[in-house]
Amino acid sequence: MSSAVEAAAAGAERVRAPWRLWRRQAAAILRLEVKKNFWGKRAILMYLLAAFPVAIFFALTQFDKRAAADISQNWGEAKVIFANIFEGLVLRTVVFFGSAWIFMNLFRGEIVDKSLHYYFLAPLRREVLVAGKYLSGLVASGVLFGLSTAGSLFFLYMARGYRASIDDLVGGPGGGEVLAYLGITVMGCLGYGAFFLVIGLFFRNPIIPALVAWGWEWINFLLPPVLKKLSVIHYLHSLMPVPVYEGPFALVAEPTPVWIAAPGMLLTVAAVLVAAGYRIRRLEIRYGGD
Amino acid sequence: MSGAETIVFEDVSKFYGEVLGVNRINLTIAPGITSLVGPNGSGKTTLMNLMTGLIQPTGGRISVTGISTGEPERLFRKVGYCGQFDSFPKGLTGYEFIYSYLLVHGETKKEAEAGTWKALERVDLVGAAHRKVEGYSKGMRQRARLAQSIAHEPEVMILDEPLNGLDPMARAETIRLFRELARDGLHLIISSHILHEVDQMSDRVVLINNGYIIAEGQVSGVRDEMEEHPIQYLIVCDRPSLLAARVFAEDSVVEARLTDDRGGLFVKTRNLDSFSLLLNRVVLEENLTIESVTPVDDDLNAVYHYLIGAGGGGQA
Repeated sequence: MSSAVEAAAAGAERVRAPWRLWRRQAAAILRLEVKKNFWGKRAILMYLLAAFPVAIFFALTQFDKRAAADISQNWGEAKVIFANIFEGLVLRTVVFFGSAWIFMNLFRGEIVDKSLHYYFLAPLRREVLVAGKYLSGLVASGVLFGLSTAGSLFFLYMARGYRASIDDLVGGPGGGEVLAYLGITVMGCLGYGAFFLVIGLFFRNPIIPALVAWGWEWINFLLPPVLKKLSVIHYLHSLMPVPVYEGPFALVAEPTPVWIAAPGMLLTVAAVLVAAGYRIRRLEIRYGGD
Repeated sequence: MSGAETIVFEDVSKFYGEVLGVNRINLTIAPGITSLVGPNGSGKTTLMNLMTGLIQPTGGRISVTGISTGEPERLFRKVGYCGQFDSFPKGLTGYEFIYSYLLVHGETKKEAEAGTWKALERVDLVGAAHRKVEGYSKGMRQRARLAQSIAHEPEVMILDEPLNGLDPMARAETIRLFRELARDGLHLIISSHILHEVDQMSDRVVLINNGYIIAEGQVSGVRDEMEEHPIQYLIVCDRPSLLAARVFAEDSVVEARLTDDRGGLFVKTRNLDSFSLLLNRVVLEENLTIESVTPVDDDLNAVYHYLIGAGGGGQA
């Protein structure tokens, strides 16, 4: 077959099967971006953040013998404490700021580095670019913060002892809880990731909106039930395998059932990504102006 | 010429806030090599960024081979852009830079690999293919960008200052490549501040200043249209003083001046046809021996200076 005929056939294939083309393009973007997310200079902060809770649990269980003994003896209480630390430190701090760093830099970082035109000069639907970049952020944050959660749980279970841990994980509720914590971590990355991707596209200086969002997430327990739902942490809180007490000043709201919280979060993410696609269609390459 | 074969600007304006980029541009660019020339800040890069959809017009419409610039997914199947952005995705080698770009196009790994080597070969960068782009010299980075813009074999190439940073050998090679591509039927739109090189390689020129197109067409044609600016010739003959006396009496001649060595005569005329007839008549009547008649300012540099003024210097 001549090259002209091959080219015509390839063109016809693109028209017939855009999904196949989009999948290939998204995969190419994913490949480039994952490499950048894991090995770029900006990744250092992410590694430090992800290592932080693991380091705390490592120190707590390996160097403080009394704490380790307490965990072993009062396992039920230890689980509640872990749930509180997980929500306060891992979700509200590590996943929140880690996602902010990763997802805001997906586009904003490229504008700062003046390299976004690389993608803009390709025959690429901008929505495919958003999808590819978002997935790459999700892979990076999901893997790192998932490992962070897994590492923290590992040291918690180490303090409990091998035999008792296996009993809890296999015979007891531990296995389900571990999976729930990992799932919540990934859901956090999904939700915060979509939010920060859009923030990075709409705001030239995304730090202020990020701090406002952080404050909003922290005061979530004080908000009336209707406003509580306008946050990511409310849904993550509803999915916690061990209930977390929010304090005496909290306005108690009915937790959102899992079958609503999970698909609801996914739908919200989809809507936010559509907004990102709309925005990026109108984005101009004017590095000087940025 | 149909819209599918040309680049068409219809009443296009671009403002950056209150700052004018380009204003009321109506322009049709035909196949071949077209150069955009103008001083810094004149709007050349704005025009190029508009053609490639990197910026959107404030008003008007642009189409490239019949495709709106608002459809990048179709546009960049046909267009390659070598801009002035001297920044690259971090950590990539020259090979990866082109290869990844072709994968993003949607090509298979096999197609992308073949296309990458072909493009690198065309810009003579095969030897440095596996070195990081960050370590390239300015000229090599320029060639890498050029390779990126031709790798998918576009129909239209838009090149913003493509000869910047290239050594003389590479310049000559690149100009040869442009001519080759133009012969293959590509549209090439080039901006350059090296005026004599633009002059050498362009079929057409578009002169732009302060966001307005001030002249367009073939270099010689643009020159002919500038009736208010006389054309100057150097005539070397055996009796230049006599020739000066005869031609100066004619209305079409604006100025006649002997050269410093008094071996020739500079003549400025507004009407080339009547001056040619006059010269023939004088030669026959006075039996003059003409050694040469050379246009002194028929090149782009002269056009550029006449239209834009000396303020632009030799730089666009």
